[in-house]
Amino acid sequence: MPFGRFWSSTIGKKVVMAVTGIVLVGYILAHVTANLLIFAGAAAIDAYAAKLRTLPLLLWGVRVVLLLSVVLHVVAAAQLAVRARAARPTSYRRFEPQASNATSRTMRWGGVALLLFLIYHILHFTTGQAHPAFVHLAPYHNVTTAFRVWWVAAIYIAAMVALAMHLYHGTWSMFQTLGIAHARVNVARRRLATIIAVLVPLGFVSVPIAVLVGLLR
Amino acid sequence: MTTLHLKLLVWRQAGPHAAGRFVRYDAPDLSPDMSFLEMLDVVNERLIAQGEEPIAFDHDCREGICGSCGLVINGVAHGPMRGTATCQLHLRSFRSGQEVVIEPWRAKAFPVVRDLIVDRGALDRIIAAGGYISARTGGVPDANAVLVPKDDADAAMDAAACIGCGACVAACPNASASLFAAAKIAHLGLMPQGQPERPERVLRMVTQMDMEGFGNCTNIGECQEACPKLISIDVIARMNRDFLRASMFGGEGRVTGGGEA
Repeated sequence: MPFGRFWSSTIGKKVVMAVTGIVLVGYILAHVTANLLIFAGAAAIDAYAAKLRTLPLLLWGVRVVLLLSVVLHVVAAAQLAVRARAARPTSYRRFEPQASNATSRTMRWGGVALLLFLIYHILHFTTGQAHPAFVHLAPYHNVTTAFRVWWVAAIYIAAMVALAMHLYHGTWSMFQTLGIAHARVNVARRRLATIIAVLVPLGFVSVPIAVLVGLLR
Repeated sequence: MTTLHLKLLVWRQAGPHAAGRFVRYDAPDLSPDMSFLEMLDVVNERLIAQGEEPIAFDHDCREGICGSCGLVINGVAHGPMRGTATCQLHLRSFRSGQEVVIEPWRAKAFPVVRDLIVDRGALDRIIAAGGYISARTGGVPDANAVLVPKDDADAAMDAAACIGCGACVAACPNASASLFAAAKIAHLGLMPQGQPERPERVLRMVTQMDMEGFGNCTNIGECQEACPKLISIDVIARMNRDFLRASMFGGEGRVTGGGEA
């Protein structure tokens, strides 16, 4: 089947969302691990940032793959959301969800919130326009000066709550979309989704919290 | 004998293009042993006696196996009893004095015919697109000539329990027919007789499902809770797997669906 026809089907778009979701979850695991270097001190994390600059092929390769993944993920989600809205022109007077939960029901708006956060985050810590005291290649300085401002830390912590919710349903859901569901594996993928949804955001928020309480200065 | 008194709020719509509205009906003196549809029968008899139009609703076997009935009752497809079609729901599941909101299945692909009756022809067209097997004519083969592993037979039977009522569409926030299509695909795809058309089947049925204007699956599981046969969303994963495999390795060509939506 040509990709155009695959992409035009609802399942094809969901498969694209699942595959890009795997890429993004994979990246986020690497990202949170690298962030924890900050607890090893300014030298460690600044050296890591400098080291990445010596590997332009890796740096730009990852950036291109991530950008492509985010674009495909968002476009597919937006098209499917429009379609789903059109599929029920008259809504129910009363509707009582029986199986879905707060995380699965907020995937669309939560995703929009995460996209907005992502734009802010790149302007804040990568390009620096949204950071009043930005110094290129000095992540320790940039992070500690940023999170001393309580509302900046609050934005990041709130975004990580949204990320936890998105990951909890998304990580479980991508297996379902790719056809990996069976009584034997369903418990394991629920567990994996829970672990990722808890540990990744905890790892991320540990940095702004450490700055706020004065552990990192 | 204790009787129930329900306060109904029912969707009334004179025809496919008429504007609908909710109408209140007082329904006193009901038996808790009545089925939900028998309650509507009683309400209708009273309406007819008063010279009013009775409430139109779909029903046939009234024993939970035909798939004709289906109402959204207080925001839940087929009402508060799990694994039960509307006809097998009894008034003992309700409290006297309770308000009961009764709505038709709501989906673009299920246009309202009248009141609580919707046209579920879209599901028939999904079946026509690929929900069948090719069988040779001639003598009947020996019953045990084709061996089927027990686990496969059980899983196929679970999927074949689908009665095509459309509750999965009604309960899905995206009005997706994935559970219906996936149940049919799993039921046939688990059997040796279903193998020849397996790649074509999934491509054609999914294409038809999309053409009918159903939404996509977001894996949230509302459908399996609403399903009167409790069919698991594991069949949807199976459909996705078949679709992926057919898209990559086979089934090229006649991806046309079963007819105009």
